[in-house]
Amino acid sequence: MSSRQEMTRETTPPASGRPIIEMVGIRKVYDTGKVQVEALKGVDLRIEKGEFVAIVGPSGSGKSTLMNLVGCLDTPSGGDYFIGGEKVAGLSRDQLADVRNRRVGFVFQAFNLLPQISAFENVEMPLVFGGVPPKVRRAKVAELLERVGLGDRMDHKPTELSGGQMQRVAIARALAMDPDIVLADEPTGNLDTTSGTDIMGVFLDLWKQGSTLVVITHDMALARRASRIVEIRDGRIVSDRPAEQAA
Amino acid sequence: MKVVFHLFLQSATLGRKRAFLTIAAIAWGTVAILLLLSFGEGLKQQLGKNSRAMGENIGVMWMSETTKAWKGMNPGRPIRVRIDDIPLLASRLPELESLIGEAIQWRTNLTAGKKTVAGRVKGVNYPYGEARKQYPVAGGRFLSPLDEAERRRVIFLGNELAEDLFGRDDPVGQTLLVANAPFTVIGVMQKKTQMGAYAGMDKDHSIVPISTWKALFGRPTVNNLVIRVRDGSKMKDAIARTREVIAAKYGFDPSDERALPTWDTVESQKINQNVSTGIQVFLGIIGALTLLIGGVGVANIMYAVVKERTREIGVKMALGAKAGWITGPFVLEGLSYTLVGGAAGMLIATLLVLGMSFIPTDGNKVMEFLGTPKLSLPIGVATASILGVIGLLAGYFPARRAASIDPAATLRYE
Ligand SMILES: Nc1ncnc2c1ncn2[C@@H]1O[C@H](COP(=O)(O)OP(=O)(O)O)[C@@H](O)[C@H]1O
Ligand SMILES: [Mg+2]
Repeated sequence: MSSRQEMTRETTPPASGRPIIEMVGIRKVYDTGKVQVEALKGVDLRIEKGEFVAIVGPSGSGKSTLMNLVGCLDTPSGGDYFIGGEKVAGLSRDQLADVRNRRVGFVFQAFNLLPQISAFENVEMPLVFGGVPPKVRRAKVAELLERVGLGDRMDHKPTELSGGQMQRVAIARALAMDPDIVLADEPTGNLDTTSGTDIMGVFLDLWKQGSTLVVITHDMALARRASRIVEIRDGRIVSDRPAEQAA
Repeated sequence: MKVVFHLFLQSATLGRKRAFLTIAAIAWGTVAILLLLSFGEGLKQQLGKNSRAMGENIGVMWMSETTKAWKGMNPGRPIRVRIDDIPLLASRLPELESLIGEAIQWRTNLTAGKKTVAGRVKGVNYPYGEARKQYPVAGGRFLSPLDEAERRRVIFLGNELAEDLFGRDDPVGQTLLVANAPFTVIGVMQKKTQMGAYAGMDKDHSIVPISTWKALFGRPTVNNLVIRVRDGSKMKDAIARTREVIAAKYGFDPSDERALPTWDTVESQKINQNVSTGIQVFLGIIGALTLLIGGVGVANIMYAVVKERTREIGVKMALGAKAGWITGPFVLEGLSYTLVGGAAGMLIATLLVLGMSFIPTDGNKVMEFLGTPKLSLPIGVATASILGVIGLLAGYFPARRAASIDPAATLRYE
């Protein structure tokens, strides 16, 4: 496998041809005190720029765990991980925060918008963390909210928006720092079918515009519209194939 | 820092009510510590003033008996300094500011017009006035060297004795019968709050020249001596030196301290001072604890906020907030509640202390003893620093909890 050969190149500077995500033998063990749960048991995964990867698998198989590792929200118990050619192991907490800020955009099932502040301020947040000056911030946020079709809802609080609208705000927020990759963990899980299809359409549009996407989903119809389907069972990747070959 | 401020302004975390309660707790603690400290300061100053009212840099030496054998003489021999020897003794003690004899006649009939009072009549050398702070009310005077030299029949009265005898009338210039001998009143002592006394309080004694006293009562010896030095730190040496000179004159062992028992007021004022400082420190600690409780209140509420906002903190971390941007707003918040509360408390305490300074100490027995609370810069600085530290801690610990949140675990969707 080519990913094995990648290990020998780990000290070379990031080449433009390197994948955005490069995981080799990734393991994750949760130590809950009494029991140790091995959520990932050696995962190899490469994601190239411009891919739309759907991750599928039964509940508890380790999809979210994998997503958190990809997004540098959590650190692996073993294996090597490079994001944009940058070795993640050994980065400090603040460096990881910086990687999340610049390279990753998250979309969650539960939206996770901050309830007290407006849609505008929610989308602005990553730009604040990224040190973007206020003027640039304002223009960028306005553009993003227009792009997800919420140009007229900027001052609304999340509680004043529908589920689908909240997820659009979350997507705008994920795109704020022009990340290398957008990660979505069951983004339609909390939505009705119509809004779900609607949100999926937004993701497809993003993909067409050149974004790299990883989406966890239960919806096979949706997964089939991705460029690639990765199936996880019991902490291992059991199949990884282009979408048109999916069963 | 700009980011921290942005986040701080954006997240009005406490509801108004909780913020108010928190600020009130800190304000209350600040008022408590300031009042206690200023009360302690007032007490200290008042105690100092009161304990100096008997006189500064003085020692009192009583006449007693020898306790050591000396040149073939057995112990137990009484030592009585003669009034007439005092000028000689004084001339041998140039290091003293003054050496004063004090002879006391108890329960002597003093008659002014129809009124007779049994009073205490002291005969003293004239420097007693300065040494024992017998300051005359305007219009009168204390004994002069001439009074003493000419054995004049003049008398100086303690303020309460004067009132007993003359009521509201001005006693100065009036005639007073002392054991049926006519005396002229030359002065009345200014009122003072006296702490520490021997042979009664000054306010109800009366004083005549020691020469006159000797002639009137026919006793040639003093009850005690009053020693005054220029520099309080020399008191111990002065007492020893005085004992030596008297021992040489009257023939006893100069190391026999109990022959002339002595009260070193410099020493006891020092002890008083230490006790006052101790009281103040104690009050300060109580105040600081009250404030600390306020600080714990702030920290507690902030902990609750951190807990409530765990998910929000996780989201911010996911979006790339560095640890400092998570903790910063909490520290700022804890600090700002503390400082706002502290400022309010300082204002309230200052107003209270100012208000109390209008209560007169004169004529109020409690206030005469306790004094009025006094705010001072050191007290303010001490309180402000305690506030600052408590504020920082009140924000720091909850903030640390916030920074230790694991975003992955927080954002897990169950
Ligand atoms: N923070 C955690 N502590 C302990 N166990 C965890 C934690 N997160 C996930 N797990 C366990 O790891 C396994 C994988 O979970 P997860 O990645 O959430 O699966 P999925 O997203 O595919 O449903 C499960 O058995 C889950 O209980
Ligand atoms: Mg999951």
